[in-house]
Amino acid sequence: MNRTPPLRKLGVLLLAVLPLVLAGCSSALLDPKGQIGEEQRTLILTSFGLMQIVVIPVIVMTLLFAWRYRRSNREASYRPDWHHSNLIEAVVWFIPCVIIVFLAVLTWYTSHSLDPHKPIEPTAEQQEPIEIQAVSLDWKWLFIYPEQGIATVNELAFPEDTPVRFRVTSGSVMNSFFIPRLGSQIYAMAGMDNDVHLVAEEPGVYPGRSTNYSGAGFSGMTFDAHVGSEEDFDAWVAKVRESSESLTYPAEYNELAAPSEDNEIEYFSEVSPSLYESIIKSFLAGGDHEERMAEYADSYAEGFGHGGHGAGHGDDHGASAESHGTSMSAEAAE
Amino acid sequence: MFGKLSLEAIPTHDPIIMTTITGIVLGGLALVAAITYFKKWGYLWNEWVTSVDHKKLGIMYFIVALVMLLRGFADAIMMRSQLAMASAGAEGFLPPSHYDQIFTAHGVIMIFFVAMPMVIGLMNLVVPLQIGARDVAFPFLNNLSFWLFAAGVILVNVSLFAGEFAKTGWLAYAPLSGLDYSPGVGVDYWIWALQISGIGTTLTGINFFVTILKMRTKGMTLFRMPIFTWTSLCANVLIIASFPILTATIALLTLDRYLGMNFFTTDLGGNMMMYVNLIWAWGHPEVYILILPAFGVFSEVIATFARKRLFGYGTMVWATVAITVLSFIVWLHHFFTMGAGANVNAFFGIMTMIIAIPTGVKIFNWLFTMYRGRIEFTSPVLWTLGFIITFSLGGMTGVMLSIPAANFVLHNSLFVIAHFHNVIIGGVVFGMLAGLTYWFPKAFGFTLNEKWGKRSFWCWLVGFYVAFVPLYVLSFFGAVRRMQSYDNGDWQPLMIVAWVGALIIAAGIACTLIQFYVSIRDRKQNQDVTGDPWDARTLEWATSSPAPFYNFAHLPDINGIDDYWAKKENNGGKPPLSEGPYQDIHMPKNTWEGPVLGGLSTAFGFALVWHIWWLAIVSGIGMFVVFLARVFREDVDYYVPAAEVERIEREHRQRVERDVQPSSSYASQAGGQA
Repeated sequence: MNRTPPLRKLGVLLLAVLPLVLAGCSSALLDPKGQIGEEQRTLILTSFGLMQIVVIPVIVMTLLFAWRYRRSNREASYRPDWHHSNLIEAVVWFIPCVIIVFLAVLTWYTSHSLDPHKPIEPTAEQQEPIEIQAVSLDWKWLFIYPEQGIATVNELAFPEDTPVRFRVTSGSVMNSFFIPRLGSQIYAMAGMDNDVHLVAEEPGVYPGRSTNYSGAGFSGMTFDAHVGSEEDFDAWVAKVRESSESLTYPAEYNELAAPSEDNEIEYFSEVSPSLYESIIKSFLAGGDHEERMAEYADSYAEGFGHGGHGAGHGDDHGASAESHGTSMSAEAAE
Repeated sequence: MFGKLSLEAIPTHDPIIMTTITGIVLGGLALVAAITYFKKWGYLWNEWVTSVDHKKLGIMYFIVALVMLLRGFADAIMMRSQLAMASAGAEGFLPPSHYDQIFTAHGVIMIFFVAMPMVIGLMNLVVPLQIGARDVAFPFLNNLSFWLFAAGVILVNVSLFAGEFAKTGWLAYAPLSGLDYSPGVGVDYWIWALQISGIGTTLTGINFFVTILKMRTKGMTLFRMPIFTWTSLCANVLIIASFPILTATIALLTLDRYLGMNFFTTDLGGNMMMYVNLIWAWGHPEVYILILPAFGVFSEVIATFARKRLFGYGTMVWATVAITVLSFIVWLHHFFTMGAGANVNAFFGIMTMIIAIPTGVKIFNWLFTMYRGRIEFTSPVLWTLGFIITFSLGGMTGVMLSIPAANFVLHNSLFVIAHFHNVIIGGVVFGMLAGLTYWFPKAFGFTLNEKWGKRSFWCWLVGFYVAFVPLYVLSFFGAVRRMQSYDNGDWQPLMIVAWVGALIIAAGIACTLIQFYVSIRDRKQNQDVTGDPWDARTLEWATSSPAPFYNFAHLPDINGIDDYWAKKENNGGKPPLSEGPYQDIHMPKNTWEGPVLGGLSTAFGFALVWHIWWLAIVSGIGMFVVFLARVFREDVDYYVPAAEVERIEREHRQRVERDVQPSSSYASQAGGQA
C-alpha cells in the first residue's frame, strides 16, 4: 500500500465542513428572524454539537485503527482471536445511550415547547396575536385575513412583534406552508384545519414557499412575507382594499382555484365571510368539491408544465384566470 | 382494441426521450442479433432463464441492478444539470412535466430496481452457501420472484416508450396520485411495476426466511451463523412483515383509480393521511431491508481482511435484532409536519434516535475488529472505511432530522435529500459494491481488478461529498426538494458544485464498468483456483469458485463461529478439500413456469395500465393456467449421480494441486491481488 487514505479523507472532511462554517453567516435557518426560528437554530446546533461526541471519535478511530493496524505494520500487535471485551462492550453501549438519553429529554421538551399548534404568548413589548388563513391551491397560495376581510394571492404581510396564528388548509393536494426565516412549517391538507404559530421580530421581506411537492406548478408556489411596523401593515391593508376584485364563494373562488402556474400577486378587497371554513367544508360530507373538480378535469387531463404551453392554455379556466390579472406561466417566465 | 393506448402515447415531442428510445432499441436489436448469431438462445434459456440455481439468480439480479443503475443515474445527472441551470428565472432544459417524471423515476428505480435487486442478489448468491445448503427452500419460487421483479423492471422501462411515468414523487402520495390530479397513465405504471415486483419481493422474503431457519447444515446453530446471514434473516423478517403493507396500500390506491373508490381522495370520506401513514409503515422498514444486509457485508469484509474474528458477535446480532424491531415503530418521523400532537411527535422522535444506539454499537464493533488486526487495504476494505465515516455523518444528520422541532425547518428541504443519500450511498451502495467485489470470485471464479476497484471507490467517495455537502448547505438557505427551478440566484454556485459531484460519481461508475472489462480480459491471471481467494472465514469459501451447482459435495459439519477458518488452521493453513466416497445429490429441476409467469404478468400489468381489458383477461387466465400446471407438475427434481459429483470434485482437486504451489501460503496468494 503506497497510498495514504487517511490523509485524503481528512482533506475531504475539511472540504465538507468549510462551506458549512462559511454559510452560517447569512443562511435562513442559522440567521432566523423570530423566536421560533431562533429556538430551532439553537436546537439544531446543540444536537449537532452533542453528536460530535460520538462522530469525531469514530472518524478518528477509523483512520487511526486502519493506519495503525495496516498489514505492513509488523510493529503493531496482532491478536487474531481476540473478539470480546466486557469493558469495551459496556463503553460502546453506554456512551451512545447517554447521548440519546440527553437528546431524548431535549426532544421531549422541545416537541412541546415548539409544538406548532401552541399559541405564542406575547411578551410585554409584543402586540396581541392575529390570525391569517393560508390555503394552498394548484399552484399558488391564497391568504385570507379574516379580521380585515381581505385576501391575497402569493403575498403575505403582517406586523413585526406580533404573534401570528396561521391556519393552514388546502384546496387541492397536500402542500406545506413554510417561511424559513421564521421557523416551523406545517402541512396544508384538504378538509383539515391545521395551524402553526410564528412571530417575526425584525422587519424585512422573508421568502416563503410550499415545501411539499404538489404537481407541475410546485416550483412556482412561492411568496414573500412582508414584515414591517404596525403602520406599514395598515398601509398594506389599505392598498389591498383598493383592489376592485372580490373573492366570493363559490363562484369566484372556483375560478381562482383552477390550476395555474407561476401565479402573480393578486389582491381581493372583499371576501365571502367564512371563506376558509367553506373551503374546508367543501371536502366534507355534502361538500361541493367533486363538482369543482369536474370543471377542472380537462385542464388536469391536458397536463401541465410543458414549458411553453402554460396552464389551462386556451380553455375557459385560463381565460378566467387571466381576468384576475394572472399571467400565464410562459409569459411570466419570459 | 388497445384501450387508451394509441400512437400519441409515444413522446415524439421530446428529443431527450426519443434519443434514449432510439439508443435502447438499437442496443436491444444488436443484442438480439448477437445472441442469434452466436446461437446462444438455447444456452440462455437452459442455463439462465429457467434456472433455479440461487447463484445464477443472484448474478441475474445483479446484472439487472447494474443496468438500472445506469438508467437511474442518467436521471440523477439530468436532475443535477437542470438545477445547475434553472436559476433565477431560467427554465433550464427540462420542463416540469419531464423533470417531475425524472425525479420520480430516479427514486423508484434506485430503491426498487437497483438497491433491492443488489441486496436480494447478494442474499441469493451468498446465504445458501454460508449456511451450507444446496439451494433455497423453494427453488421455483426463487426463479418466479426474479421474473416478477423483472416484470416490474420492464414496465418501468416501457413507460419511457409509451405514455409517461408518474409525476408524483417516488412514494406517489395521495391525493396527488389519485385520478383527479394525475389522470394520466404514469401512476398506473408506478402501481403495476411496484405491485408485481413487490409480490416477487414478498416471495423472496418468505423463501429466504424458511431457507435460513430450516436448511442450515449440521451444527450451524443460529448463533454460529455468519453475520451476513443474520442480517439477511432480519431483512427477510422485515420483508415478510412490511411488504404486505405496501401491497395493500397500492391495492387501495388501485381501487381508487380503477373503480372510483375513495380511500385516499380529498373528499367523500377519503383520507390522504392514511395513505402517508401506510406507505411509510412499509417505507421505513424498507430502508432497513436495504441497510441491514449492507451491515452484514461490512462485517464479513472487515473480519476477513483484518484477519481477525469479528469483535462482539453476540452484540452484533442483538443490535441487528433491535434495529429490526425498532424499525417498525418510527415511521411517523417522515411526516412530523403533518400536525400530530407534541406527545406523538416526541414518541416517534425518541424511538428513532434510539435506533442510533444499536447502530452506533455496530460501528464500534467494526472499529474494534480492526483493532489489533492485520488490515489489508483491498477495495472492499476501502468501501468499508468509507462507509464507517460517511455513514456516521449520515447517522448524525438522521438524528438531527429525528428531533421533531428541528425537523419542522429541515423537512422536505435538501437536507433530507442529502441525509438519505448520505446513508444510502454511504451505506447501501458502498456495501453492495464491497459485497460485489468480495463475492465476485465465488460467482465467476476470478477476482475483480483491484486498481479499477479502488479508483471507483475514490470517485464515489469524493463525488458523494462534492455532490451532497452543497445540498446540506443549501437546505439552510431554504432550498427544498423536487424544485424544477428556483428564483434565488445565490443558490446556483453550490448547485453547480453538486453537479460536478455527480460527474465525479459518474466517473466512479465508469471505473466499475472498466473494472469489469479489465477483469474479464485478465481472468486467466486472476483466477481463483482454490475457491478461497481472500483466506476468508465463512463457509461459502469452503467450496470451489465458481461454486458447483450443488454447492457442497458433502454438506459441511459446523463446530463454531468461523468454523471454516478453524478447519483451515487445523489443516496447516490450507483449505481442506472434499474427499470421497460421494453420494447422489438431490437437486431441483429447471422451471419454464417462472419466466412464463413473469412474461404474462408483464402483459397483465401493461394491459391494466392502458385499460386493454381483453389482454388483461387473457393474461390473467394464462397466469392461472400456468400456475396450475406448475402445481400439478410432479417431475420437479432429480438426482446428480455420485459419479458425476466425484468427477467434478476430482477436477477441482487436480486444479488446486496443479496450480497452487505447496509452499505458498494462502494469505500471500491473496496479497498478490492488492
